[in-house]
Amino acid sequence: MTYSKWGSTMIDVSREKLVEMYRKMLEIRYFEEKVFELYGQNLVPGTIHLYAGQEAVAVGVCSALRKEDYITSTHRGHGHCIAKGADLKRVMAEILGRKTGYCKGKGGSMHIADFSIGMLGATAVVGAGLPIATGAALSVKLQKTSQVVACFFGDGASNQGTFHESLNMAAIWKLPILFVCENNLYAMGTSQSRVMLIENIADRAAAYGMVGTTIDGNDVLAVYQTAREAVERARKGEGPTLIECKTYRHKGHSRMDPAKYRPKEEVEEWLKKDPIKRFQDRLFEMNVLTEDEKGEIERAVIAEVEEAVKFALESPYPSPEEALEDVYA
Amino acid sequence: MRRISYRDALREALREEMLRDERVFLLGEDIGRYWGGAFKVTKGLAEEFGEERVRDTPISESAIIGVAIGAAITGMRPVAEIMFGDLTALAMDQIANQAAKLRYMFGGQISVPLVIRTPFGGGVNIAAHHSQSLEAWFMHVPGLHVAAPSTPYDAKGLLKTAIRSENPVVFCEHKLLYPVEGEVPEEDYMIPFGTATIRREGTDITIVATLYMVHKALNAAKTLEKEEGINVEVVDPRTLVPLDKKTIIESVKKTGRVVVVSEDCKTAGVTAEISAIIAEEAIDYLDAPIKRVAAMDTPIPFSPPLENFVIPDENRIIRAVKEIV
Repeated sequence: MTYSKWGSTMIDVSREKLVEMYRKMLEIRYFEEKVFELYGQNLVPGTIHLYAGQEAVAVGVCSALRKEDYITSTHRGHGHCIAKGADLKRVMAEILGRKTGYCKGKGGSMHIADFSIGMLGATAVVGAGLPIATGAALSVKLQKTSQVVACFFGDGASNQGTFHESLNMAAIWKLPILFVCENNLYAMGTSQSRVMLIENIADRAAAYGMVGTTIDGNDVLAVYQTAREAVERARKGEGPTLIECKTYRHKGHSRMDPAKYRPKEEVEEWLKKDPIKRFQDRLFEMNVLTEDEKGEIERAVIAEVEEAVKFALESPYPSPEEALEDVYA
Repeated sequence: MRRISYRDALREALREEMLRDERVFLLGEDIGRYWGGAFKVTKGLAEEFGEERVRDTPISESAIIGVAIGAAITGMRPVAEIMFGDLTALAMDQIANQAAKLRYMFGGQISVPLVIRTPFGGGVNIAAHHSQSLEAWFMHVPGLHVAAPSTPYDAKGLLKTAIRSENPVVFCEHKLLYPVEGEVPEEDYMIPFGTATIRREGTDITIVATLYMVHKALNAAKTLEKEEGINVEVVDPRTLVPLDKKTIIESVKKTGRVVVVSEDCKTAGVTAEISAIIAEEAIDYLDAPIKRVAAMDTPIPFSPPLENFVIPDENRIIRAVKEIV
């Protein structure tokens, strides 16, 4: 409601911060490409939901957070973990079902958490993370710390009852939380237009007396600037914000889903809006990045992802009896 | 010793725990100053502790539990009230898929110290949406503990244990128990989970009963003693998860006969689980088939004669005992 569109606005961000954001986005992209490759080699048990294409959302939001701030995530959560600062090695090990993974192989791709960096975990029930994130925000308020919570969810989740219940509660209690809707236009194979009559999910914020805004989710600076404002308001006790980020997943919903339900022209158009390419061009324009530096960052990121893969592949599987541990405290 | 009601014993546990630990807070529908909880368990607590710690919520069961989970995994110790046990259905994803599983899914990184208090049971003529006994739903979900206190003493001691537990606890109360009075010490005490108690010693037959059925079983036992000379032992598990199998099995080994009584439906219910354990672990000691007395497999009906027919009473317990003694 109160935000302008930040896409073309120059904002006060340090060069280091911009480069760091670019690097994080690349980390996610290469990581996801590697997961896809490993999946094709039958090294990843179960299923995968890749974040490639949506990097600007996780990185833009998490760049506006402090380490002690909290996030919650979804089935499509690798990007959130990496953006919040998770160790690639332990994320990859978890995806491969290894003992050294964040959850000792009990969670897998859809349930990664790292409480040491405020990553409160991914829940794979669509919409289930919203009330949990709201509770973390209530906790922050009751403990009178200055933390904030960012809750990631998709367009599909905004049709769950938990979305309504959580936004309403967060609004009436003025909780320090950002509801970040990653609208990638499809809930599995169901396009948004088939399941809601509104174009902008952020319009729903008005129903809760909450600030809501729709932004270009493929513009990392727009996401960052919007998140920063929302974080500021949240820290000042001015309550929650619903931020809808329009974005697009490059791959299908899961595994080898060829995503035939998406028109070819639509896919092509969105691929042109690749958030990494756009940010890279912007950084060149702003003289923040040179070709050489870009190459250097790419090589470093590739090496880091390769190292994560090596670590994961060399890690042992948990022993079967470990299935019996951690049920109760 | 002083006698207070089950309702007051619960309130005393909440109050003492809130005084002891400032991380403890309550949330639920109409639990605050305007109502004090539908069954008045939290009456007066909002006045004493303020509305931040005794928090009225919108009618949003799923978010009540979800919010409690989020608070629990970030350093608080929430006690959520769901006004009627039937309404846990609205929060079932948060209870069964989130609260119960987060610790496990995340490889033990965190615990979920959350208590969900809710009243089950019929007998007050409010029909199918406010009268069920659903303890078995929660017994079926690894990761949850399930408490089922039948006396004021247990209500206070078990609730304190639940609040201090690192695990999510579904704390099953019973509507007809709230006014029931009993001896309750004024001092702090806790009852460990997984410890059954023998409510009445006997030699001829064991009745295992939970929640309000404990009282019906004790009445039945008195009648059976007086009229039939049958000496009944009554075992109250007090918590269904963890379940004190040892006390149950020892009693069954001693008497050789057992009737399992619970107010939930018979199919796949509390009586089914306990009977199966007895069959697995003590069948050689049984002199007669295990008998079960449970609610009939129908929704709970409204009209008193219908409801009374569906929910077990003393006569059904007495009949079951007489069939095998």
